[in-house]
Amino acid sequence: MSKVILKIENLSKQYRLGLVGTGTLGDDLKRWWANIRGKEDPFLKIGDVNDRSTKGSSDYVWALKDINFEVQQGEVLGIIGKNGAGKSTLLKILSKITSPTTGSIKSKGRVASLLEVGTGFHGEMTGRENIFLNGAILGMTKKEINGKLDEIIEFSGCERYIDTPVKRYSSGMTVRLAFAVAAFLEPDILIIDEVLAVGDAEFQKKAIGKMQEISKGAGRTVLFVSHNMAAVQSLCTRGILLENGMISFSGTTEDTIAKYLTGNKETVSDFSEFKDRSGKGNIIFTKIILGNPQNPTSVFKLGENIGFHFDFVVNNKIDTNKLRILIGVYNEREEGILRFDSDANANLAMNNNLINGKISCIMEDHLTIMPGKYSVNFALFNDGIMEDYIAGKVLFDVVNDNYLGGSKTLDNNSLAKVLYRHKWTLNKISN
Amino acid sequence: MNKKTTDTNEWLFEITPKNKLLALNLKEVWQYRDLLLLFVKRNIITAYKQTILGPLWYLIQPLFTSVIFTLIFNNVANISTGSVPPFLFNLAGITIWNYFTSCFSGTSNTFSANAGIFGKVYFPRVIMPLVAVISNLVRFGIQLFIFMAFFLYYYINGAAISINIYVVLFPVMVLIMGLLGLGLGMIISAMVTKYRDLNILIGFGMQLLMYISAVMYPVSYFVEKLPKYAWVVKYNPLSFVIESVRYMLLNTGVFDVSMFIYTLITTIIVLFLGIIIFNRAEKSFIDTI
Repeated sequence: MSKVILKIENLSKQYRLGLVGTGTLGDDLKRWWANIRGKEDPFLKIGDVNDRSTKGSSDYVWALKDINFEVQQGEVLGIIGKNGAGKSTLLKILSKITSPTTGSIKSKGRVASLLEVGTGFHGEMTGRENIFLNGAILGMTKKEINGKLDEIIEFSGCERYIDTPVKRYSSGMTVRLAFAVAAFLEPDILIIDEVLAVGDAEFQKKAIGKMQEISKGAGRTVLFVSHNMAAVQSLCTRGILLENGMISFSGTTEDTIAKYLTGNKETVSDFSEFKDRSGKGNIIFTKIILGNPQNPTSVFKLGENIGFHFDFVVNNKIDTNKLRILIGVYNEREEGILRFDSDANANLAMNNNLINGKISCIMEDHLTIMPGKYSVNFALFNDGIMEDYIAGKVLFDVVNDNYLGGSKTLDNNSLAKVLYRHKWTLNKISN
Repeated sequence: MNKKTTDTNEWLFEITPKNKLLALNLKEVWQYRDLLLLFVKRNIITAYKQTILGPLWYLIQPLFTSVIFTLIFNNVANISTGSVPPFLFNLAGITIWNYFTSCFSGTSNTFSANAGIFGKVYFPRVIMPLVAVISNLVRFGIQLFIFMAFFLYYYINGAAISINIYVVLFPVMVLIMGLLGLGLGMIISAMVTKYRDLNILIGFGMQLLMYISAVMYPVSYFVEKLPKYAWVVKYNPLSFVIESVRYMLLNTGVFDVSMFIYTLITTIIVLFLGIIIFNRAEKSFIDTI
């Protein structure tokens, strides 16, 4: 049985919003008065759920509320959620930067946290001096750093500049050096917040590789917060989804990511009042649904079929003869990936009395494009004249779900666009 | 949820909302001793980078202040320093006083000056005040050296000055000064994080404190001129230390053993109060800063 290394019980954190000014002294006195009489803090009872976008009734909010979870030794736990969901607050409490309002955290291992790379770097000191200072800040002893100095310098790739003051470094070099120090930390539990969002592509790959090595090879426990789903997917063994300061889902990495992506977007897109469109406008889309009409979604697993469902209206009576719908799917780099054209195999002929209708397009083959984010453009033609065009407003995600049959997660940094199921054989030829 | 789990392995540590009153984790501070030294090194290396005069600034400030004090207090106001040259008298007072103020201000703005680093990584917060106290010791050493140079100069020129046998207690005096600065600074630091008004108060508060700490006059002079308020200076541990330091280095004034014990006890009380308040502040300051 695996061993619980970190246990979080009923953890909550309350913050006061707004200006810290005259009100604080008054509240402080009330707290102090309650404390003296041995009563509970009067402000613990109030407070709103932490929803960034709505106006609350009280100045106090719960950034985290009743968080309970356990982490097993050797587990890589991904913590995901929207901005303001409480991820960073949780990490800050775990790394002892701030204290919880209620609840407790019990740990069986040394914790080191990497909430920022290069904490404490001083521009006037050389790279070498900064390695020592930064390492010590992260909890290493001088001896440990001395033992790993060569490896750190080599990993950073800044050998030539190592005795130059850091203020002469490019920002990328500073980050490389800082990450190199952090990569050689050897705590039992490592806490990492978004630090991979920096550096060039090559370095990000190197950093993710190093982190995989740390977690898989050395059996270290890692808590990882990121908005980069590809990184979460390739690193984590389990996921937790935070929403408004509470755990809304916990499960496998894939499920957690899917839950996060679905919750993040509107799956039914009403375009009846939509303005940012082009075309003549005699016939327009009013609604576009992905998935199937009963159960709309914006997340598809590899191997599923995507369905597009449109509602349209005819605004002005015109001669309608034949409709044509074009659907283009683009990846994050704005490269065209898929194209569906109703002219290819269908005949969407209409009669002149039609005032509205529904059109569906359903893929008949398995979805085999690379996991990632995609946007869809829609165009509607009537007799070769463009009537409506909506670009970049409908988005969907493709996630991996063991489609290729192996347990290995996919390397999403790869430039490939399409995947196919395939088989490998090895014929042993011996003499 | 609250069911006791069967696994009874020891937890290495536990994070809870409240901590003990006097949770000065010396063992943890010891584990981070390398960090302490590296911070001290950083402060010393980087303090005067890209300045023309560099460490000479350490000397200019006390020398100029002594000259001004000598002109104003001894030449204009005619405060007598006995057989000791007034300049040397003032320099001794200012040197040890400077050590106190630099420790105090270094400690009192611990949280606001290090908010960036404290917000990103954990290490025992008390490291930072200790760094201030230790790196200021280097500066104090340099200033003491220049004092000795002037001492020799005056001595060779026949001034009636000599080093007293009590000079063996000199390191204790420096320690008391450092700990007083540390303790008072820690008491203030917690409040500075929340109410920035105190930053302004500290600036002129220090100035006022200097006037009642016998920096530019002998305690006996104050007692003679203002006997009604003499207790303000007499029971001020700072003026005791400054007076004693002058006694040790210049053989002027007195060294009162009962006052020495009083000062020691005061210092310990101030230090413990400081630690208690600092510990309370370090857990939650990052939310209020």
